[in-house]
Formats: sequence, C-alpha cells, structure tokens
Amino acid sequence: MVTIREVPLGEYWGPGHSACAGCGPSITIRLILKALRRPTVVVTPTGCMEIVSSSYPQTAWGIPWIHVLFENAAAVASGIEAAYKYMAKKGLLEEKVDVVVIAGDGGTFDIGIQALSGALERWHKFTYICYDNEAYMNTGIQRSSATPKGAATTTSPAGEVIPGKLEYKKNLIEIAVAHHIPYAATGTIAYWSDLMEKVRKSLEADGPAVLHFLAPCPLGWRFDPSQTVKLSRLAVQTRYFPIYEVENEVYKLNVKVAKPLPVEEFLKPQGRFRHLFTPKFKHVIEDIQKNVDGNWKNLLEKCTVEK
Amino acid sequence: MVRRLGLTGNEAIAYAVKQCDVGLVSAYPITPQTIIVERISDYVANGEIDTEFVCVESEHSALSACIGASLTGLRVFTATASQGLALMHEVLYATSGLRCPIVMAVANRALSAPLNIHGDHSDMMGSRDCGWIQIFAENVQEAYDWTIQSFKIAEHPDVQLPVAVNIDGFTLTHCLEDIEVLEKEDVEKFLPPRKPIYRIDPEKPMTFGAWAMPEYYYKFKLQQQEAMENSIKVFKQVADEYGKLTGRNYGVIQSYGLEGSKVAIMALGSTCGTLRHVAKILRETKGLKVGVIKLWLYRPIPEDDFISTVENVETLIVLDRALSPGAVFGPLGSDVASMIVKRNLDFRLLNYTYGLGGDEVSMDLADKLLRLAVKVAEGVKPTSLTGYLREVV
Ligand SMILES: Cc1ncc(C[n+]2csc(CCOP(=O)(O)OP(=O)(O)O)c2C)c(N)n1
Ligand SMILES: [Mg+2]
Repeated sequence: MVTIREVPLGEYWGPGHSACAGCGPSITIRLILKALRRPTVVVTPTGCMEIVSSSYPQTAWGIPWIHVLFENAAAVASGIEAAYKYMAKKGLLEEKVDVVVIAGDGGTFDIGIQALSGALERWHKFTYICYDNEAYMNTGIQRSSATPKGAATTTSPAGEVIPGKLEYKKNLIEIAVAHHIPYAATGTIAYWSDLMEKVRKSLEADGPAVLHFLAPCPLGWRFDPSQTVKLSRLAVQTRYFPIYEVENEVYKLNVKVAKPLPVEEFLKPQGRFRHLFTPKFKHVIEDIQKNVDGNWKNLLEKCTVEK
Repeated sequence: MVRRLGLTGNEAIAYAVKQCDVGLVSAYPITPQTIIVERISDYVANGEIDTEFVCVESEHSALSACIGASLTGLRVFTATASQGLALMHEVLYATSGLRCPIVMAVANRALSAPLNIHGDHSDMMGSRDCGWIQIFAENVQEAYDWTIQSFKIAEHPDVQLPVAVNIDGFTLTHCLEDIEVLEKEDVEKFLPPRKPIYRIDPEKPMTFGAWAMPEYYYKFKLQQQEAMENSIKVFKQVADEYGKLTGRNYGVIQSYGLEGSKVAIMALGSTCGTLRHVAKILRETKGLKVGVIKLWLYRPIPEDDFISTVENVETLIVLDRALSPGAVFGPLGSDVASMIVKRNLDFRLLNYTYGLGGDEVSMDLADKLLRLAVKVAEGVKPTSLTGYLREVV
C-alpha cells in the first residue's frame, strides 16, 4: 500500500497542459509519473494526452518524452529499450533507464495492437500503460474496440433503431497474458494507491508489463467534470471494471466487491448511455448487466489468490 | 589496404553495415531485400558485431523502432523493399521530420497488384517526397560504397537527415560481383562514432515529436528543406574523402560520352551500366555518339550539377523506372523538365517509362533506344515523346 505520505510531491506532469477539466487520463498520468522509480523515458502515441501536453514550443513533460505516430508507440519503445541495452553492453550507460508507454485505448486496442503484441513477444523490458477512456476522444468521440456495448459515440450513435455500440469491449489483459508476460494489471484513479503500486510493480517485473487503467472522460462519456473520480469508483463498485493483477500468470483480485451496485449506477450519470434508459432500449442494460456478471464470474474462477 | 570479395548486392550492404559500427538494426524480411537481414542476423548470432538486432513484426514497426533508437543516440540501419516501403510510408515522413539520420537500403521492387517481386523504382518513387536523401547505386561496388558514405552524410551536423540507398531488385541484390572492400580500421577512421546533437537524455529532459501549429509547422519544414540543400555540399565532401581513401570517385552525377555529343540518355541505377556499355559499342563501331547521364543523388536533385552537365546537350531522353499513371512525365522526367523550365533552357526532352516489374533493358533494347536518340537529334520526329520504352522504340 502506498500511503499519501509516500507520494512524491514533485510534479512531472506540468500544469498548463490543455486537458479538459476533470480529465481522467490527465489525473492518471500525474499519478503514473509520481510512481516512477528512476530516470524514465515516456512514449505516447497520437491522442488526447499527446495533444494536450505537447503544443510546440511548450511541453507538459518534465521527463524525456517522445511522440512519433498513432500505432507505433510499442515499436518506438522497443527501439529505445534495445538502444539502452546496447549502451549498457558497451559501457555507455551510467544509470539504468526505464521505458514506459502511455497510450490511449485506440492506440492500444485497435491500431496499435500489432506493435504491442510484437513488442511483448520480443520481450522488451518496458511497461505499456493504456489509459482507457473508451473511445477515440481526440478526434471527437468515435468508437474503439474498448468502447462498451450500448455507448453512443459519433460512429456508433444511438439512433432510432440502433442503441449505440452493439459489440462488447475487448479484453486487453487476456491478450497481454496470452504473451506469458510476467505482469499485467488493471487499475483506475479512484484506487490511486493500488494504481501507483502497480506502476512500480510493473517496472520491477522481469520482462514486459501491461497496465490497463480505466480513465473516465467527462466530454466523451458526458458527465459532470466534478464526478470523474466518482465514476472511476462506480466502475469498480458495479463490477463493470474489476481491479486485478496477473503476476506470472497467477490471477489476483485486488478490489473485492462484496456487495456490487447494479451496473445502472455506473451507466446513469453518463450521457453516452442516456438512450438505454428508454423503454425501447432498456433490454440493453440487462445485456450489459449479464455481461458484467459473466465476466466477474470468469475472473473469480481464474483468481486463485485474493487480496 | 584493399581486399577483394565476391559478394551480391545484399551481402555487400550487410558487409558494409558490419563495418560501420551500427548500434541497432531493426528490419522485416521482404524479397529481394531478405538476404541483407539474414546476413546481419548471422553476424549478430556469431558475435561478429555487438549490434542490437530487433527483429520486428512489420516494416512499420521496423522503422519506428529505428526512430526510437536513433533518438536515443545510436547509429541505426534498416532495409526494405516494395510493399515494405509502402507500409512504412507515414513513418518515413516522421523519420525525416524528427531529423533521425537513419540509413536504409531499399532493394527496389515493383508494387502490387499484380504481385511482382522483380525490380523497378515504383517503391521509392511512391515515397520520393518523404524528406529522405535518396541515392541510387549502379552496381554492387557502389552499393557497398554508398552504404558506408551514407552514414557520414546523414549524421553530418548540417544534414541530420535519413538516407535511402537504392539498389535494383535482383539485378543488384542477387548478382555476385567481385568488389573491393575496406578494412574495418579504415572504415572506422572514415566514419567515427556518431555524435548526436540532440538525444533522449534523462539528465536533460526533452520533448521529441511535439505538434506544431501553422506558424511553426512550416518553419520546421523549411529547416528540413534547408538541410536537404546543405546535404549536396556535404555529399560532395564525403565523396571526395571517400575517393581519397578508396580511389573510387563518386559525386552527385556521372556522365559518359558527352564530349562531342548533343544527345544523351539519362537514368538511375543499374540500367546505366547497360546504357553506357551499348553507347560505347555504338561509338566505337558505328561512330554514333550518345551520352549517358546517371544521377547518383536523386534527392536532393543536384540542379546545378545537372545544368552544367547538359550544357551542350540538345536532345535528352529521360528514362523512368516507375509509372506515374495519368501524369505527363514520370518522376525523373518531371524533375528534369522542372530544372529546364526554371533555367529557361531550350532543348528537346523525351521521357520513356521502362523496366516495370523486372522488364529489364537488354543490350538489344538499349541499342534501339540509342539509335532512336541519334535520329531524334538529327531532326527525325519520334512516334511519341512519352510512353513505354519497349513499345515506342
Ligand atoms: C494512422 C492514423 N489514423 C488515424 C489518425 C487520427 N487519430 C488521431 S488520434 C485518434 C484517436 C485516439 O484515440 P485514443 O488512442 O483512444 O486516444 P484518446 O484521444 O482517446 O486519448 C485518431 C483516430 C492518426 N493520427 N493516424
Ligand atoms: Mg481513447
């Protein structure tokens, strides 16, 4: 457990960036950077967090940071990690350097999945963090494969006959675990201590690590910006987003949710699900609830350790 | 010290990379480039070089990993061809925009569809505006020599741009040639370790790849353009120095038989060897005088050198080994036309496409072309000023 006293006071995510009020990804990054253990290079693909932090000639990054393109963050990180390996081999490196990717769900689940899979398989020692705001927010709220069923986005709109996105969310952690990596975990800002601990743990893992952090987006999810942390908590308390980790392929549930709230509690404050609260589309909420229950059951079966 | 080795174009490039103290190679196999990657893998597996070889899952990732390593400060190499270069397309622009002095061999090959693994220049021409310095080698010796020189050109403080070394698929990649190679110590003296101006350094945290609003964007691009222009001077300096070391004199442009000739053929790459050979035969046996002009450096286009080379030329046939569907001229033809217009020169320009998908220029076809050139120079009207070489001569 990281206690509040242990959180470094230094800020590496500078004030003055142009993220929206209540931006979940921004809070996530601030916490991630406070959890780093030594000199670190961050790679971020194209997306909201890249845009809000790097408008030339300004930068919000207090540590070395690179953006190249949208789908290649894991590949760029591979090159940096391999370069440091080379420098260490040649005695050109005074201090070890960590390599961390901080990427959106589009850059991770969709267009960047190939580069991510390749980098994990090649066993580059780096941490890949996906801040998941469940859509392509930078380009104006389009669906991604991380967008949940029922959510209205600009490319999965809620229409007269179609109730928003029809498909369920992809399971990133399962994809990561299929590469037999030493560490994969979920997290979200309401559980900030757990999140920071996982960042640290991932860096200390003996191989590549993947972290999946749910990061509510007031603009894209359409909720009051003062409610970001509350939504993060509701996602967990409804079992919509379970907090767990997979260490050397052993699953452990980190946040037990003994008395789950109905998934409606998570959906209701969000404008993107508003259409589900009409008689015509109410059945979708039942589907979502069933899916949440099923996912939770499957996860519990895998969790041989409880915390 | 001079040593001779029998190497194919691919092997010669891998051999050059081995001697250049390259920190990282990241690549993905594609015919006809594959052997470059295989040889480098062998060198690494046998401990002959310390290079980190990152064997990625696509060309897009290959060049992306190269960017990461280059920004970390390493000397970096990659190689590709055809579909691989096309898949890299957006990364090519990122490489030059981020001013990464990466060297890449391009084993020129046709683009699908239909699928065709043989040589032509469609791949590089499809990316000709990507901000890379582009060199075309004529033979295996040149492939080796240009690879070594390219690192020095790319890494020069006034340049800081990536370089593509083009070699014709199969004609050069797979042909065995007896070439001269340098000793490693000589290469080391010629090419000291890279000294990056900026690099990722936790001691001095910097942001790489920030985005730019209109008032800054064009300034970045103009700096790139300036570096491109600077590179011609650097290119010549490096070629001079290399010439002193090896006795092989390179430059931006090479011409043959322009003395006493008012007509010339111009092309890139291996075809120039065939053209020169046939031009020589015609000159010696028939007294027909046709010059042959070859650009070693295609980007930046060496405008001043071209203009002085064609000073006495009145008729020029430019050959393009890439189709530009719907355009009047092919890429090289258009470049030449623009130089002529800019300098207000008056001469007859023809532009033929040739060699698509491995349709090589035989000596017979070259002979027909050269005879046509002579006739056009004498005032005979050609059937067509443009078109596909095999069909028009
Ligand atoms: C190859 C390519 N395709 C499309 C885009 C346009 N684009 C830029 S950011 C983005 C979405 C980013 O979504 P995500 O990764 O979820 O990050 P977010 O903006 O939500 O934080 C898209 C589609 C691009 N830059 N490059
Ligand atoms: Mg997103």
